[in-house]
Amino acid sequence: MTGATTGAKPGATLRGAELRAAVAENPMAGLGTATSHRVHSERALGFWVYLMSDAIIFAVLFSNYGVLTFGVADGPTAHELFSLSRAAQETALLLLSSLTFGLVSYSALSGQKGRAMFWLIVTMVLGAGFLALELSEFREMFARGAGPQASGFLSGFFALVGTHGLHVAVGMIMMAVMGVQFVVKGLTEPVLSRLYRVGLFWHFLDLVWIGIFSFVYLPGVLS
Amino acid sequence: MLGRLTYDSLPFYSIIAFGGAAITVGAGLAVIGLITWFRLWGWLWKNYLTTLDHKRIGIMYIVVALVMLVRGFIDALMMRGQQMASASGHGFLEGDHFQQVFSAHGTIMIFFMATPFMAGLVNFVLPLQLGARDVAFPFMNALSFWLTAGAAGLVLISLVIGVFSTAGWVGYPPYSGVERNPGVGVDYWVWALFISGFATTMTGINFVVTILKHRAPGMAYMRMPIFVWTVLCSSLIILIAFPALTVAVALLGLDRLFLTHFFTADHGGNLMNFTNLFWMWGHPEVYLLVLPAFGVFSEVVATFSGKKIYGYSAMVKATVIIMFVSMLVWLHHFFTMGASATVNAVFGIATMIIGVPTGLKIFNWMFTMYRGRVRFHVSMYWTLGFMVLFVIGGATGVMHAIVPVDYNTHNTAFLVAHFHNMLVPGVLFGYVAGYMYWFPKAFGFTLNQKWGIRAFWGWAIGFTLAFMPLYALGLMGLPRRTANIYDPSFLPLLIVAFIGALCVLFGIVALLVQLYVSVRDRAQNRDLTGDPWDGRSLEWSIPSPPPAFNFARIPIVDQLDAFAEAKRAGRKLQYEPAGPVDLPVPTIVPMVMGVSAFLLGFAAIWYMWWLFVLSFLVMLGAMIGRSFVDHNEFRVPQREVEAGLRTAAGRAGGVQ
Repeated sequence: MTGATTGAKPGATLRGAELRAAVAENPMAGLGTATSHRVHSERALGFWVYLMSDAIIFAVLFSNYGVLTFGVADGPTAHELFSLSRAAQETALLLLSSLTFGLVSYSALSGQKGRAMFWLIVTMVLGAGFLALELSEFREMFARGAGPQASGFLSGFFALVGTHGLHVAVGMIMMAVMGVQFVVKGLTEPVLSRLYRVGLFWHFLDLVWIGIFSFVYLPGVLS
Repeated sequence: MLGRLTYDSLPFYSIIAFGGAAITVGAGLAVIGLITWFRLWGWLWKNYLTTLDHKRIGIMYIVVALVMLVRGFIDALMMRGQQMASASGHGFLEGDHFQQVFSAHGTIMIFFMATPFMAGLVNFVLPLQLGARDVAFPFMNALSFWLTAGAAGLVLISLVIGVFSTAGWVGYPPYSGVERNPGVGVDYWVWALFISGFATTMTGINFVVTILKHRAPGMAYMRMPIFVWTVLCSSLIILIAFPALTVAVALLGLDRLFLTHFFTADHGGNLMNFTNLFWMWGHPEVYLLVLPAFGVFSEVVATFSGKKIYGYSAMVKATVIIMFVSMLVWLHHFFTMGASATVNAVFGIATMIIGVPTGLKIFNWMFTMYRGRVRFHVSMYWTLGFMVLFVIGGATGVMHAIVPVDYNTHNTAFLVAHFHNMLVPGVLFGYVAGYMYWFPKAFGFTLNQKWGIRAFWGWAIGFTLAFMPLYALGLMGLPRRTANIYDPSFLPLLIVAFIGALCVLFGIVALLVQLYVSVRDRAQNRDLTGDPWDGRSLEWSIPSPPPAFNFARIPIVDQLDAFAEAKRAGRKLQYEPAGPVDLPVPTIVPMVMGVSAFLLGFAAIWYMWWLFVLSFLVMLGAMIGRSFVDHNEFRVPQREVEAGLRTAAGRAGGVQ
């Protein structure tokens, strides 16, 4: 974990083959000195704790949706509205973007700035594709009079799926900031530390989406 | 440009509303005037407005809490006066105005008095007790404070521009819905809670990481002071419970703004869903407030009895059990909802069970005093007053846990008496005890004991007189939140309750006098040792007030109460070798974000969407800009650290 395992002096920044060897041994080895390790691990823990709290926000929104599922009133039902193929496309885009984000992290930790940038852009394109699909879905629903004002069920749907979409949009902003920092600052310790947390956030949104696919779209289509 | 803000929003419609607005604006202008008169802006800017020092942030939190305590208490005085007056003829408040008053009272006391007071005490004490130089995330800490202050500002400004919510501090739909409550009042409530909820969540994250990562070397979990344990459990409750509040108020806000159907009575909405979500947060909330107060009592009792806390591990376990069970009792707030008997029974039993670890704590505090050498410092008065009064409140709580009893007392004054009985002696007495206990650590001189004791008696007698009659009135059938009471048979007890409120007023005045007298006589009351009470935990091992970096060298802990044990054995604490000390660079960004949050909320309440977008962009820009800062620490000059070491070594006892 520290310089000792890789044979490097504390404070020295690893480069090239030495760094790749260190990363193979420990993915976070690129992150420098004992002090910076402490700072990084504190921030990582803080971000994990935040994600747990955010997970509860989603848990509450899921249960809210569960309570309101049958509050269709006179509005359209899930069966009439949901398209499994579009949900499947969204799932594919988002899951793929998680894979490509993994490649961003791997390339960045191995010091390959160009590759990291490439995969970051791919991830953002996939994320944008997801958002475009989601927005087109929302637009169609609005056009059919199935906006969040139509019924309790649709309010619950838009709250849950919309909050997730909002998180994805925030994730896109974070990635754009990371891209700028790759260029301006390079793959420095603080940048890699931030990238680690953005990665946590992005993978977390994938998990939430799997929940949405399984508990919103699938039962909706099958109902 | 101004959305729905018009001339009619200004408080020229009623003399009382205008008076409240005039006092608010006048007090604000007076503070600004005094600061200008004494030329304190530079000092304030440098030491407080831009600080990331946890001690100063803690002090600012407590200042906010005390200001809001006064504001919330004026509301309380008006309510007691109105109910008394209306029972004998005519009150002086219209029903609608009375509703605003009790809604503001509850909202202020929970969100902007108790919560900031807790955050302030913890901010000040936690790193000192852990042997740390700061909390884990100093920037986020300042941001939490400024967001809280911004949200408190929203509540205060509602007195001047527009109205406050009339839907009670719980804001149940459908009454808080846009159909029945179309004005800005509920929106003020929604946005104040939303913003302060974010702030509190960040505070919770900060405290958890600080405790997990910033303990002094050797401070294993079972060597942490009880106060730290209570803060850990409290922070975990924050992280688990606050999301429910965030979602509840956000969805209510959507219902109001976009006419969605989360909590409406029609179109498939579900009213009780709000009630459930609100109390999923609301009940854990009272425990997250009371646990740190329990922590304060534990520190105070152990210190002033000159003994280790009795049953340390039982105390820790009780705290953890309370943390868990606190999340399993929320339904007892609405047994009358019509859930099945089984559901009600489960929550009723859970509610009774939570009394067990709480009762255990009371015994432990008593056994700590037993055969101890008890010194009657004023903090001990608050502690003993708490132990007597809190047990009464706990007993009536267990009565409420019996579902058939609850059906009879639901929404009566009996309930009002019960929860004030928990929150005033439990939470407030605890925080005030902590304030008087740690004050010399913060400012380097002790508070006046005589006025502290007067304040205690004002509060203790006033509380008893004000709320014991409410138990009786509740059983006689007085509903809570009643603006006009036409039944003269309620009058005698309402008069007693009003007299009680006046005694509490004396208590509050005594607190302010105590502060004044203590500052005036500070030369005689200097705390030169850093350890005025013969304390037990690490904060007493450093000078008062502590240097910016707290510990010149980080202490090493080998047991519980390591400092007290070292003193008893006549040896010095062990320290890590002196090293470089880094402190966070002061910044104005948290304050800018707090002001932006205030403007964001204000804009959303009044539909000034240009301002909303603008303040949102400022906040977003500030966050992105901040993410470019790699090193936000400066190295404290070695001579300052060495000066810190020398003063510590030169003091009587030479503990460092």
